[in-house]
Amino acid sequence: MSDNTLSAVVRQVNATAIIDLHGEINAFGEEALNNAYAEASRAYPSAILLNFSGVDYINSTGIALIVGLLAQARKSGQRLVTTGLSSHYVEIFQITRLSDFMNIYPDEASALAAQ
Amino acid sequence: MTTLLRSFWQNLIGQPKSPMEAAAPPPAAPPARPVKALTLDLAPNDPLAIYFQSSSSAVEIERLNLDSPALRVLKAAGAKLAVPLVSQGEIIGVISLGQRRSEQDYSSDDRGLLSNLATQASPAVRVAQLVRQQQLEARARERLEQELRVARLIQQTLLPKELPALAGWKVAAYYQPARAVGGDFYDFIHLPDGRLAIVVGDVTDKGVPAALVMATTRALLRTAALQFNTPGQVLAQVNNLLCPDIPPKMFVTCLYAILDSASGRLHYANAGHDLPYAWSGNGATELRARGMPLGLMSGMTYEEMEKNVAPGESILFYSDGLVEAHNDRREMFGFPRLGQLVGGHSGGVSIVEYLLNELKAFTGPDWEQEDDTTMVVLQRGEAGGDGAWQVVSTFSIPSEPGKEREAMRLVAEATQNLNLPSARFEKLKTAVAEGTMNAIEHGNQNRPDLQVEIAVLVSASHHALAVRITDHALSGNKPVAAATPDLDAKLAGLQTPRGWGLFLIEKMVDKMNVINDETHHTLELIMTLEGDGHVR
Repeated sequence: MSDNTLSAVVRQVNATAIIDLHGEINAFGEEALNNAYAEASRAYPSAILLNFSGVDYINSTGIALIVGLLAQARKSGQRLVTTGLSSHYVEIFQITRLSDFMNIYPDEASALAAQ
Repeated sequence: MTTLLRSFWQNLIGQPKSPMEAAAPPPAAPPARPVKALTLDLAPNDPLAIYFQSSSSAVEIERLNLDSPALRVLKAAGAKLAVPLVSQGEIIGVISLGQRRSEQDYSSDDRGLLSNLATQASPAVRVAQLVRQQQLEARARERLEQELRVARLIQQTLLPKELPALAGWKVAAYYQPARAVGGDFYDFIHLPDGRLAIVVGDVTDKGVPAALVMATTRALLRTAALQFNTPGQVLAQVNNLLCPDIPPKMFVTCLYAILDSASGRLHYANAGHDLPYAWSGNGATELRARGMPLGLMSGMTYEEMEKNVAPGESILFYSDGLVEAHNDRREMFGFPRLGQLVGGHSGGVSIVEYLLNELKAFTGPDWEQEDDTTMVVLQRGEAGGDGAWQVVSTFSIPSEPGKEREAMRLVAEATQNLNLPSARFEKLKTAVAEGTMNAIEHGNQNRPDLQVEIAVLVSASHHALAVRITDHALSGNKPVAAATPDLDAKLAGLQTPRGWGLFLIEKMVDKMNVINDETHHTLELIMTLEGDGHVR
């Protein structure tokens, strides 16, 4: 698997769809991210949880992809929440105000408990 | 001079009725009867030529008794009857006929007919000759043009595509080939120890031969630069390798210098090239070092000299195309004038434009450039200004999507000893990645042949580190400080979700500077370091 590849695997826990992300969120990950989001939203989950614990790099194009997902989610009234972000990326989500629109949880259990 | 004339000799035996019609056979259609073409060298002072000048009617060869080499050739070939083709008083050819097949003599009618034919054929033959001559000349011109194109291509391909980015220094280069393309070249070679080699050279001769020798010399210099440590050793090695292969009467003058940009030390050796100048607004000094041009004699040694380039001082390397330019009174621009102009200049890379203007004023507007003109200028920044920054590391990143990770990794390696707190270290990495992405995508338009140049610097006096990311400014849009992106508008689909890069960079580092010139954009990222102990 090349460094530039993103894998995005969807699993369902109760009413929450979790997207486990591994790799880098950049231009190369657009298709994987959008496909996973489409798959996750198909069953009308109460929330979609983006799990970034396998992600070591998010660039500005990646931020734009997440903004795109968030825009889609808001349009369809879908809740989008996150977990697994390093403190550096938590700060970036705060600087970009993404954290105003998607709750950031320290771990999967607390994210699921809040839904 | 001799005139080369073509004589057609027609064997007419057995063709008595129309002996003349085949006298000028069309070369494309094979004649029905055998035609021999013989080359007749008819010198203007040949008695036969003089005879033909006085009488242009058909003449029986055997009756002529002249001491003429051309006549002997005709007789030996069995010519019986000959008539000159005359156009505008000039003999442009001879029609000669051999024995009739009937073995009868030619009648006076035959002779009259041949004379008439010659009169009428002459202008047509002359026109054909002129057309052919023009075709040959056009072909020769085209060949010459093609050669010049090749020479120009070789040279332009091998000249540096970009100037080296040196912290605390400005570098400028100018190269203008003459129409005939001389053998000027210059080069910058990044040495593994971080120093920069600067080469300015000139191959004698012009065109393709000069370009090929230039290409060879450049390749030899590049190889030797990595094998040998000092300028004298490099020139000696190149000289020895060049000597056996260089065409006779050709040689290469070459100045080879190695700059340690941090200390300002310039180490140089000279293979018979024009002496560089050092100046800072108060007279110019020539940088002298002895050595024979490359390619003349093997086993030469080259004197090595050192110059400490002080802050504010500049160095000019150039080629003889500049000093040997003539005005319409055939006066030469010359070294005294150049030395005076350089010495009176306040210093810096603006010398290039200044000298070009002076050259134009000297030669006048209608000057056709005689030889290639080359100039390379190094200027050291003033002390306390940029000079306070020390380069820690420099590297080049090809402009391909995703390569910003490479930049991030290399900057992280170069700065790991500076003890940045880990959160700030992460921010620096993100800023470098975003700055590099911007340079790859916009400044260099994703062209893999273009590099993003990255320099990591530290300054003890500023207690800071700087990362300079330089691209080729291909997009007209200069990177400017970004406004805060409007996330609400993006989420509502009113704006593109993109446009975060510069905003992020600004938030990640303590200061972001944008430095633009005509051909480069540089994004400078500054991070303050805590206390003196963090700066090595």
